[in-house]
Amino acid sequence: MRGATHAKWAALATAVALAATACGGGDSGGGGGGADGIVSSSWGDPQNPLEPANTNEVQGGKVLSMIFRGLKQYDPKTGEAKDMLAEKIETTDSMNFTITVKNGWTFSNGEKVTAKSFVDAWNYGASLKNNQKNSYFFGYIEGYDKVHPDKGQPTAETMSGLKVTGDQTFTVKLTQKFSTFPDTLGYAAFSPLPQSFYSDHAGWLSKPVGNGPYTIDSYSKGSQMALKKWDAYPGPDKAQNGGITLKVYTDNNTAYTDLTAGNLDLVDDIPASQLKNVSADLGDRYINTPAGIIQTLSFPFYDPAWNKPGQEKLRTGLSMAINRDQITQTIFQKTRTPAQDWTSPVLGEAGGFKDICGDACKYNPTEAKKLVAEGGGIPGGTMTISYNADTGSHKEWVDAVCNSINNALGNNKACVGNPIGTFADFRSQVSTQKMKGPFRAGWQMDYPLIQNFLQPLYYTNASSNDGKYSNPKFDKLVDQANAETDAPKAVGIFQQAEEVLKGDMGAIPLWYQNGSAGYSDRVENVSLNPFSVPVYDQIKVK
Amino acid sequence: MPEPLEPLESYDEGRAIASTGAGGASDLGTAEAETLEKTPGGPEGTGAGKKPRSLWSDAWHDLRRNPVFIISALVILFLVVISIWPSLIASGDPLDCDLAKAQEGSQPGHPFGFNGQGCDVYTRVVYGARTSVTVGVCATLGVAILGGVLGGLAGFYGGTWDGILSRITDVFFAIPVVLGGLVLLSVVTSSTVWPVIGFMVLLGWPQISRIARGSVITAKQNDYVQAARALGASNSRMMLRHITPNAVAPVIVVATIALGTYIALEATLSYLGVGLKPPTVSWGIDISSASQYIRNAPHMLLWPAGALAVTVLAFIMLGDAVRDALDPKLR
Amino acid sequence: MGRYVIRRLLQMIPVFFGATLLIFLMVNVMGDPIAGLCGDRACDPATAAQLEKEFGLDKPVWQQYLTYMGNVFTGDFGTAFNGQPVTELMANAFPVTIRLTIVAILFEIVIGITLGVVTGLKRGHPVDTSVLLLTLVVLSVPTFVTGLLLQLLLGVEWGWIKPAVSPDAPFSELIVPGLVLASVSLAYVTRLTRTSIAENKRADYVRTAVAKGLPRRRVVTRHLLRNSLIPVVTFIGADVGALMGGAIVTERIFNIHGVGFQLYQGIVRQNTQTVVGFVTILVLVFLLANLLVDLLYAVLDPRIRYA
Repeated sequence: MRGATHAKWAALATAVALAATACGGGDSGGGGGGADGIVSSSWGDPQNPLEPANTNEVQGGKVLSMIFRGLKQYDPKTGEAKDMLAEKIETTDSMNFTITVKNGWTFSNGEKVTAKSFVDAWNYGASLKNNQKNSYFFGYIEGYDKVHPDKGQPTAETMSGLKVTGDQTFTVKLTQKFSTFPDTLGYAAFSPLPQSFYSDHAGWLSKPVGNGPYTIDSYSKGSQMALKKWDAYPGPDKAQNGGITLKVYTDNNTAYTDLTAGNLDLVDDIPASQLKNVSADLGDRYINTPAGIIQTLSFPFYDPAWNKPGQEKLRTGLSMAINRDQITQTIFQKTRTPAQDWTSPVLGEAGGFKDICGDACKYNPTEAKKLVAEGGGIPGGTMTISYNADTGSHKEWVDAVCNSINNALGNNKACVGNPIGTFADFRSQVSTQKMKGPFRAGWQMDYPLIQNFLQPLYYTNASSNDGKYSNPKFDKLVDQANAETDAPKAVGIFQQAEEVLKGDMGAIPLWYQNGSAGYSDRVENVSLNPFSVPVYDQIKVK
Repeated sequence: MPEPLEPLESYDEGRAIASTGAGGASDLGTAEAETLEKTPGGPEGTGAGKKPRSLWSDAWHDLRRNPVFIISALVILFLVVISIWPSLIASGDPLDCDLAKAQEGSQPGHPFGFNGQGCDVYTRVVYGARTSVTVGVCATLGVAILGGVLGGLAGFYGGTWDGILSRITDVFFAIPVVLGGLVLLSVVTSSTVWPVIGFMVLLGWPQISRIARGSVITAKQNDYVQAARALGASNSRMMLRHITPNAVAPVIVVATIALGTYIALEATLSYLGVGLKPPTVSWGIDISSASQYIRNAPHMLLWPAGALAVTVLAFIMLGDAVRDALDPKLR
Repeated sequence: MGRYVIRRLLQMIPVFFGATLLIFLMVNVMGDPIAGLCGDRACDPATAAQLEKEFGLDKPVWQQYLTYMGNVFTGDFGTAFNGQPVTELMANAFPVTIRLTIVAILFEIVIGITLGVVTGLKRGHPVDTSVLLLTLVVLSVPTFVTGLLLQLLLGVEWGWIKPAVSPDAPFSELIVPGLVLASVSLAYVTRLTRTSIAENKRADYVRTAVAKGLPRRRVVTRHLLRNSLIPVVTFIGADVGALMGGAIVTERIFNIHGVGFQLYQGIVRQNTQTVVGFVTILVLVFLLANLLVDLLYAVLDPRIRYA
């Protein structure tokens, strides 16, 4: 009798389990489904509405890279800015530009791409009323201060520096000489926009329409976006696959796990902790290519304790106490390259990449200890390195950097990581100048120019100069370089400015970040562009 | 004269409310204590030594013979000793790390191997005990005192004060613990254990408060309390001499079990990136950083997680044993 | 009964406002959401000010709270920073989490009660001891460790399950996550049932039933079980609210786009509207679940009558 009771319970439990399993047995779709050559790829929920001038992070940027083409397009391999929609961009004085837009381009809804499509879009992006987070990209254009004043209400609707002069031509007038301005036009913020963007804004946002090789088939916010190849796409870089499905993952570790389980085709952000497994899990289906991203340690120059004369020795000493080779190998499995300057190898030597930092970026514990002592020692005896703990694998390397400094200085209390719970709070503390010690700074280039690695970060009061580094010599050289029309000469002057930065050790360069991605055996021809975004249109499904 | 007790209230408040922290730790024991408070605290005994057959001496008599109690008490004693003098059994410095040895396994002198930063896992496990025990003990003390006092007062005075306090209890109870932790601790910059403890007290007290309220209400109904009241005993005297000794048992039981769950909660918070911060050495921090390397170097996860589990287990078992001893029904 | 329900509902009002105000204040302490929104490069002051105005962040907190609650009562839960109405986020997230909760509750009922009954009937037997030990182990290992281990073993090493749940989150993919979510409560239900069964086994009515010569099975199912399950049922009922709000860790591990995920994301991005909106609903669920449990108690236990 007792046995019977047990058997009944057990049978019930088994039956429930079986039923539950059977119910789901039919589902075998997922990422592996090969219908129509669709590629599934990992994604994160974009933080902002998908407006081109409002997208300042890489997840939204992925979508924009698929549905928009601008005047220029950066070559996925070399990063060189090549004409895409631009027929020609002419200037004589580096201040006034005449831009001719190619004929024959349309948006995927059939509307023709004209000069007006660009001018309206740029005016929209610049206007304070529209809260576009990338509006400062238009800051060089004349009349920007009227549509986007620092204080108060805008006094103009459109920028006076933009004029439509024909169906396919318009002129741009800048407030200062900027010889490489045309090369910046590949940035997503400069994309053209169709009329529906203004007439039915909410409708456009729920299903954006652009002029790129893909169209958005369906978009369920927060979970996934299905992009379909646009067959009538007029450009040369037609999609090689049937479409891309972007799937939101709560965690990049989970995305990687899903890739190894065969449920996903492409992961473009492999967590540092999994790098050891990639060769076992993926074999040669793993790519690790340089990208225009540099990680540095910034200093709070606004804090008197960190802004004393002679402290450049302290900063240089700290730089030399960091064993970059060991950290990039052990923690990052060579997906980072020890930094030698403040730019990025994707610029190439012609673009200004050069070993400027030299010995100051080489690990040398004895010299480091000496320099730190000569520079007055670490303020307060202990320093913190602040970082945000919610995204990225920052904890590992910050701890490793601190341990490296501690070992070099022979003091286990010299440096300690300071995790800040959320990225939002981290940024808020950085921008309100509350940092009490060095903090992590990462810079992903907007366009592959040496100017972009120096001016926004180290020019006095520049938009991303979070540490408030300031040196008049540096500023002067940058101004000179911007006015220089001869490209190689301009690069040379920028490098002189970089030498000034090195003398001050205005920020410690740590390493260049590579793009790392893994893919399934269903797809091939996968690559990452210099912005570490997958070149989706090139992916082929086997 | 307090209003007569409605049956509803005693069930309502004394009944177990499900765990508020299902994400990591759960306040089990709330409901188990229910059985306790329905049983009046046995024959009145004000001091443990006075009457040989008081609840407390009875319980002690039981506990001394209970192997579960002895084992868990020994484990806890051991933990307390190494929290105070970690160097007794670990000679190294937990902050000594050599990246060249990252993730290496067990080797002579380093029985547990090295973690992802090349720190000695054994040394860190030993030093981590202090943090975990501190968090557990302090959070429990805070919760027991705050919750016990507020719940006790609410139960003793009843009426409007009870209503207000009970509603406040509900408010704090309604906030999921892990969620509250994420919100509150994400802005903390201090690297000490106190913000974490403070948060646990802030969101943990309602659990004890409900138990305490329920058991005070039960104790208040006992004949001897009514008799003391009739004899004109003052409120404070009744509370101290008659009610507290009899109402405190369920609180102790739940608090002991909760202690273990606070230690586990600290680890969960660290996993979510809002727990303790370096240079504090804690099992939670180590477990959460090791959890990413679970495939390559499981030993990094195994040892701190094992230490944590044994500690939590010891406190739960202790609480279990104490409950068994205090609950005459199960004898 | 009716009067009791009304009184309970009235009591819920201050609790509801208190809890939402509390979370509102907590979220506001978190710091400046605009800074996070602007990313690695700080927004220029003009844009930041404009954004603050748009999200109403330039007003004092109490005013923000009043405006917010006013809107909530008209069904407007505000807009997330990505321009999506919070109600839309809820419409996507709640069904997923409800499914996950159902799976978890099923585990609690089927496995928890079964084990509890078996061990309760056989106190001191080796089966009892080992199950009891097992529950203790489950209770002492943090959920995220259990979750990660199961995901690694079942999902990656052995390939029995999908390691990540797809956006649709069908029941079949939620079995293991549900088990992980339920694990702590499961262990608890087992222990509760065991205690309750063991207690009631010695009750007079059971002895009478046995003495009457009723078959053992009938005694167990009809008499013993019915009475012993009262505390268990109430526990499980109250657990519903807790499970729904407590799934942050489980949802994160298994890539489930439910309430926990939205809450986590909302907190990380300091998106006040999302966090407060979801918590408001959770608080309501919690309060209603508690009320239902109390009423259920009365139905199950005839000794209790609510005036």
